[in-house]
Amino acid sequence: MLIDAALYGLLEVFIPSNMLFLFVGVFMGIVFGALPGLTATMGLALLVPFTFTMSPASGLIMLAGIYVGAMYGDAIPAILINTPGTPAAIATTFDGFPLSQKGMAQHALVAAAVASAFGSLVANLILAFAAPPLAKASLAFGPPEYFWLGIFGLTIISSLSAESMIKGFLAGTVGLLLSAVGMAPIGGDVRLTFGFPELQAGIALIVALIGFFCLPEILINVIGQRRATYTDKLIEPSLSVIGQVIKALFLHPILVFRSAIIGTIVGFAPGAGGNIASMVSYNEAKRWDKHPEEYGKGTIKGVAASEAANSAMAPGSLIPLLTLGIPGSPPAAVILGALMLHGMRPGADLFSIHAHVTFAFIMGLLVAAFMVSLIGSFGSFFFSRIINIPSRYLAPAIIFMTVLGSYAIRNNVLDIWIMFVFGIVGYVSSKLKFHPAPIVLGLILGPFIEEGLVQSMLAGRASGNVFAYMTLRPISLVLIALCVMSAVWPFFAKWKAVRRKEKEEQR
Amino acid sequence: MKRFLVILLVLTSLPLLAGSSQAEFPEKAITYSIPFGPGGQSDLEARRQQPLLEKYLGVDVIVQYKPGGGGSVGWAELIKKKPTGYFISGINIPHIILQPLARGNAGYETEQLQPIAFFQATPIGLAVLKDSEFKSLSELTEYAKQNPGAVTCGGSGTWSGHHIAHLQFSKAAGITMTYIPESGAAKSIASFLGGHVQAVWANSNDLVQHEDKVRVLAFGSEKPFANMPDAPTFKSLGFDILASIDRGAGAPPGTPADRIQKLEEAFLKIATDPKIMEQMKRDGFVPLAMGSEESKAYIQKMRKAWEPVVKEFKK
Repeated sequence: MLIDAALYGLLEVFIPSNMLFLFVGVFMGIVFGALPGLTATMGLALLVPFTFTMSPASGLIMLAGIYVGAMYGDAIPAILINTPGTPAAIATTFDGFPLSQKGMAQHALVAAAVASAFGSLVANLILAFAAPPLAKASLAFGPPEYFWLGIFGLTIISSLSAESMIKGFLAGTVGLLLSAVGMAPIGGDVRLTFGFPELQAGIALIVALIGFFCLPEILINVIGQRRATYTDKLIEPSLSVIGQVIKALFLHPILVFRSAIIGTIVGFAPGAGGNIASMVSYNEAKRWDKHPEEYGKGTIKGVAASEAANSAMAPGSLIPLLTLGIPGSPPAAVILGALMLHGMRPGADLFSIHAHVTFAFIMGLLVAAFMVSLIGSFGSFFFSRIINIPSRYLAPAIIFMTVLGSYAIRNNVLDIWIMFVFGIVGYVSSKLKFHPAPIVLGLILGPFIEEGLVQSMLAGRASGNVFAYMTLRPISLVLIALCVMSAVWPFFAKWKAVRRKEKEEQR
Repeated sequence: MKRFLVILLVLTSLPLLAGSSQAEFPEKAITYSIPFGPGGQSDLEARRQQPLLEKYLGVDVIVQYKPGGGGSVGWAELIKKKPTGYFISGINIPHIILQPLARGNAGYETEQLQPIAFFQATPIGLAVLKDSEFKSLSELTEYAKQNPGAVTCGGSGTWSGHHIAHLQFSKAAGITMTYIPESGAAKSIASFLGGHVQAVWANSNDLVQHEDKVRVLAFGSEKPFANMPDAPTFKSLGFDILASIDRGAGAPPGTPADRIQKLEEAFLKIATDPKIMEQMKRDGFVPLAMGSEESKAYIQKMRKAWEPVVKEFKK
């Protein structure tokens, strides 16, 4: 029955007109993902009115293409110009941009495409065959779980800032503080707006990303050092790179698989979204690797870990949506709207009465993943050459795009100024050897931690014991254990390294 | 020289004057700003109207987003726009009433927003899970009376429609319950279905969507809610509480009455379109067709009901 529906869905996708819709969707998605300031959510919302006139299956297949395309597209600017196209690609910059600077942009782009496709594949299979039980698990996430998930996310800072943990945590604190700007999620108090009503909206993540990641790079390298091109080496794309990268990734099956699973899990916890998925996955890849020192200096393993996770997050966030009608991410919310407009109510119906349409959508996601790997691999010839454009043309073009992107995200002029201020702060702080990642991590996690904590306190007080409410729950206990492990790990790793050295010296 | 300048000025302004008096509004694209993010219910509604608005008004309608502050950032922008009718925005009750009341400086005042029309109501209901021990509203109030603060009620936002309904009901029933706000209805429903709260304040469309898992103790509508006719209303149980999220469109202060009227006609034509009404009902909404003047009166009435509640609970 399930297999039948899946095969029927696949047939639906292979109808030539639907294939075309899917391809157009993937292409649009890549463009929306690649341009900072345009998001997958916006691409989907723009397309929803067009899907009215299509059959439900065709419409959903096209939406599937956009979603999957965007999850890859955001890696392109992350790799080439150190600017994640969407927040989900932050961790892609850690190794993607260093690779670019070594003249290996094509390697990174292909790794991103292949890992994205693989992550998508794994998560889609999980979505197709194991969604209902997982959806139940996703409901077990309550306020305490979100709080501990946020704290676990913060422990990533300790490994992101190996040189100086104090600097890392200082930056993280700044991020948490920035996340408090605007209306309090609980209580509705207006904080730190300095009299600008526009600031009630808080600080947009993408604006901070552009400011902290993209502008300092231009200021330091291109303007500061008057470099003629963005990278030291010109990039010469070649066909053999595709084969090399795929082979290299096949040698690390555990890494890619683990990343895909992490992405799926973070995706199906409603509301967690992909922003954390790639960070957590990158962190775990580095932790379990035999050569953690390679990370951050340009390794395709880092790019693959991040991209496999954020692409797996997309189908993951559809698990609670399709089974329970609860959107796990903003793009999923748009897809929910599209389903409702076609008269399909998420829930059990989707897997029985509307099974053929549902599986056409899921198979659309799957086939889109393959399209992404093809477009990404061969597109890398074209994309990677962008970085060869002389700085005197490229830098102004990038600055223009950053202004446009900061404005486009919320149609707010103040966001452009915020972006510039962050750019200058980012420039100064990178001179002082602060990495921007902990700031952004704090900004992402702040709301989770705050909401989780305050809600837990309220619910805990109602139940009579706040402490017991926050700790004595199965998932909470696991997350607490992970926090402790993650916090202690750097010291453990150091101790192990020292011991190894001693052993070698004894010999 | 001076005379020459005056003549020049008059000559150049003549076509402008003539233009404004002769040309029919609208003659260029209208921007329809949504003060929430893409994909929300306000956005979906605007997307549903967009092609029909274009058909009836004969010009392009551009939907854009200005999210933030629960809508306040978008409305603060709206009141600063030129009152030409070419920039309109989605407006929501109770947001536009409660924000200025609760926040002091929300960036706009309720009276500054000129309502064009309201086209959709979403009654708010108080619900529990099917397997809950509370079979009726009176059982819940009875329990809450004996255990003050022990009942947790989820909802979306602080000083929102859900929050004010919670306060109004607690006050009317003489009970204390704990309100646990979530940022957004989707998260609130997830938390409720996961059993992290005992009851939830939710919009009718969400309750319809999860019909098989929930028991609605009472709806905040005047008449019984058509999709779930068996669920009582607060009124029928003796509580004078009206709780609803109403969606409409508004224009900047000072927009000429004839232009408001043009827009109003188009919106009402869509709102009374049988096909659109059918779609709305199916998804768990109540179609509305409230014109500009009627909307103004409605806003004032609701404001009178809410002002004392906000004053009492906002320390």
